[in-house]
Amino acid sequence: MKNSPSIDEQIEIFRKMHVVRQLEEKLGALHKEGKTRGPIHRCDGQEAIGVAATAMLDDTDYVMSTHRGHAHYIGKGLDVYPVVAEIFGRTTGSCAGRAGHMLVADASKGMIGGNAIVGASIPAATGAALSNQVLGRDAVSMCIFGDGAAQTGICHEAMNMAALWKLPIVFVLEHNQFGLTVDTDMQSPIDDLSIRAAGYGMPSEIVDGNDPVAVYRAVGAMVERARRGEGPGMVEAKTYRLEGFSTSDMGGYQKDEDIAAWKARDPLKVAFDQLKAEIGEDKLKTIEAEAVAEVEAAFDKALSDPFPEFELFNASAAYSEVV
Amino acid sequence: MALMRYAEALNAALREEMTRDPSVFLFGEDIGRYGGVFKVTRGLQEEFGFNRVRDTPISEQAMTAMAVTAAMTGTRPVLEIMYADFMPLTLDALVNQASIYEYIWNGQVKMPFVLRTQGGGGAGAAAQHSKSLDSMVAHIPGIKVVAPSTPADAKGLLKSAIRDDQPVVFLEHKLLYNMRGEVPEGDDVLVPLGAASVTREGTDVSIFATSRMVHESLKAADALAERGISAEVVDLRSLKPLDLNAIKKSIAKTNNAVVVNEGWNFCGYAAEISATIMDFCFDDLDAPVARVTMPDMPIPYSEPLEMAVLPNAEKIVAASLQTLA
Ligand SMILES: Cc1ncc(C[n+]2csc(CCOP(=O)(O)OP(=O)(O)O)c2C)c(N)n1
Repeated sequence: MKNSPSIDEQIEIFRKMHVVRQLEEKLGALHKEGKTRGPIHRCDGQEAIGVAATAMLDDTDYVMSTHRGHAHYIGKGLDVYPVVAEIFGRTTGSCAGRAGHMLVADASKGMIGGNAIVGASIPAATGAALSNQVLGRDAVSMCIFGDGAAQTGICHEAMNMAALWKLPIVFVLEHNQFGLTVDTDMQSPIDDLSIRAAGYGMPSEIVDGNDPVAVYRAVGAMVERARRGEGPGMVEAKTYRLEGFSTSDMGGYQKDEDIAAWKARDPLKVAFDQLKAEIGEDKLKTIEAEAVAEVEAAFDKALSDPFPEFELFNASAAYSEVV
Repeated sequence: MALMRYAEALNAALREEMTRDPSVFLFGEDIGRYGGVFKVTRGLQEEFGFNRVRDTPISEQAMTAMAVTAAMTGTRPVLEIMYADFMPLTLDALVNQASIYEYIWNGQVKMPFVLRTQGGGGAGAAAQHSKSLDSMVAHIPGIKVVAPSTPADAKGLLKSAIRDDQPVVFLEHKLLYNMRGEVPEGDDVLVPLGAASVTREGTDVSIFATSRMVHESLKAADALAERGISAEVVDLRSLKPLDLNAIKKSIAKTNNAVVVNEGWNFCGYAAEISATIMDFCFDDLDAPVARVTMPDMPIPYSEPLEMAVLPNAEKIVAASLQTLA
């Protein structure tokens, strides 16, 4: 089928999805032991979107992410070790411990970056697309945003300009059914948020967000279009957030039957089933075990890395001479 | 030297920097075909095309956020926000985006963009089109703020702002656009950010002023001279980073300070300058620092009411005399 991932790409997506899941589970376990700092927003159950949507991008393509960006970081090619080190505030973190888990960036990979002001990633990615157009580069930019972010005013402003100027950008709406705790029907009068794309004259597609191949195909088609200069597109990937809003979520609003139903369609299982006929279950289990080991090693290493030393940031000083 | 209006000097700076560096581009409301409501961008779309001089929809929040990421991905955007009164719409992009990334991403990105806007009262534009919100932006670490008071500074500072690798909010004044002045010629004549300028030397009192208030302060200095008082007028022009040495030097000479700014008094830019003087020049002061500012109220429309709230030469004279009393 057109725009399908190659088997190698599919294997890499499968591997990265396991890296992300293992990262999330380790963070959950360490949080329970009181060993994490600040809220952490896990994306268990949403790995297929972040990983598959970014799989066809180059390092020169930009991705703007959210407060729930672990799958986007790994998808865009960051190693798990500097990500873990960043989450634990170490000098070896992607941002030397200055950013934390919500704001990770690696400019050399085009990940710029996590953004914890809900909605802010939408104009952010649009601005990078504008820069690509002004300079005549053929790079695209991708905005990954949530169903909560889709309700912001700035979303409208940015999408209108993106479509008006045919900017090279793809909007990937990660519809995980919740804002912070509110269900989608407490935030919006419509179920399928991507019908709004029509209001901007922008094509859109709805996909099963737990199916990495479906995500790859839909997003890949929009990326191609954007790269050809035909303007932006939107993909709405339906999924479900299996864990709480963050590690500080006290729960009580997610229904057991919903969680069970979505767990039965866990994206890791979907990805496994899609590949088993091609490469065999044993091979997949080995890849899985390697991913787990990689994450374990990243945690071991990061947790024994040093903390940064504090230094004032003189570049933002109020006086033009050092006082 | 060439005699130019303030608006023409800004236009020349934009044209020269766009010619010099293809990564400089402009966007904003009505700036292209029409040339901007204050005509600062006149002729630039014709010369450089739509790709580099874009008329935008009315979307200040997204435009500013887009300038931030456009800047960190290889361009040097110059964004026009039509009135400083609309700056509150730009704040998330400044406070939570532009100002943080160089630091929190450990130097991975630069942020070379300029946000041009114009503020100030005196034109009968009423409560939503007359404000000076200097302190609101100067408050944010990582954002530079510049306010030229002459055509020469308008050109030289704008060129420096465009070449700077950090975000610069560039505050113009609606009543200065038609002001004429001598502007040095040459593509590389810059006025550096971070340097104040002593507009008039004096020995008895230092008047630290910004934007159009520099001209009111010069009038005040004339009036004070008639009474035998020698006032020094210092145009702060780079509101941040602030030229602390210039302030120290002037107060060491005069031992008296008056601060003049068109913004509101409470938590205003003049309050910050007063506190700075207290922090660094206390021992040199003969009297408390005086402030001449906008009273803490909305800017009224009717002419006598508007004139009553605006700082002016008369109020500056009165404040100076009180300081020296
Ligand atoms: C502007 C803003 N408002 C509110 C918040 C608090 N907040 C953080 S995440 C969130 C919900 C976001 O929902 P969505 O965009 O669907 O992302 P999800 O958490 O589901 O991944 C809220 C309300 C915020 N960080 N920023």
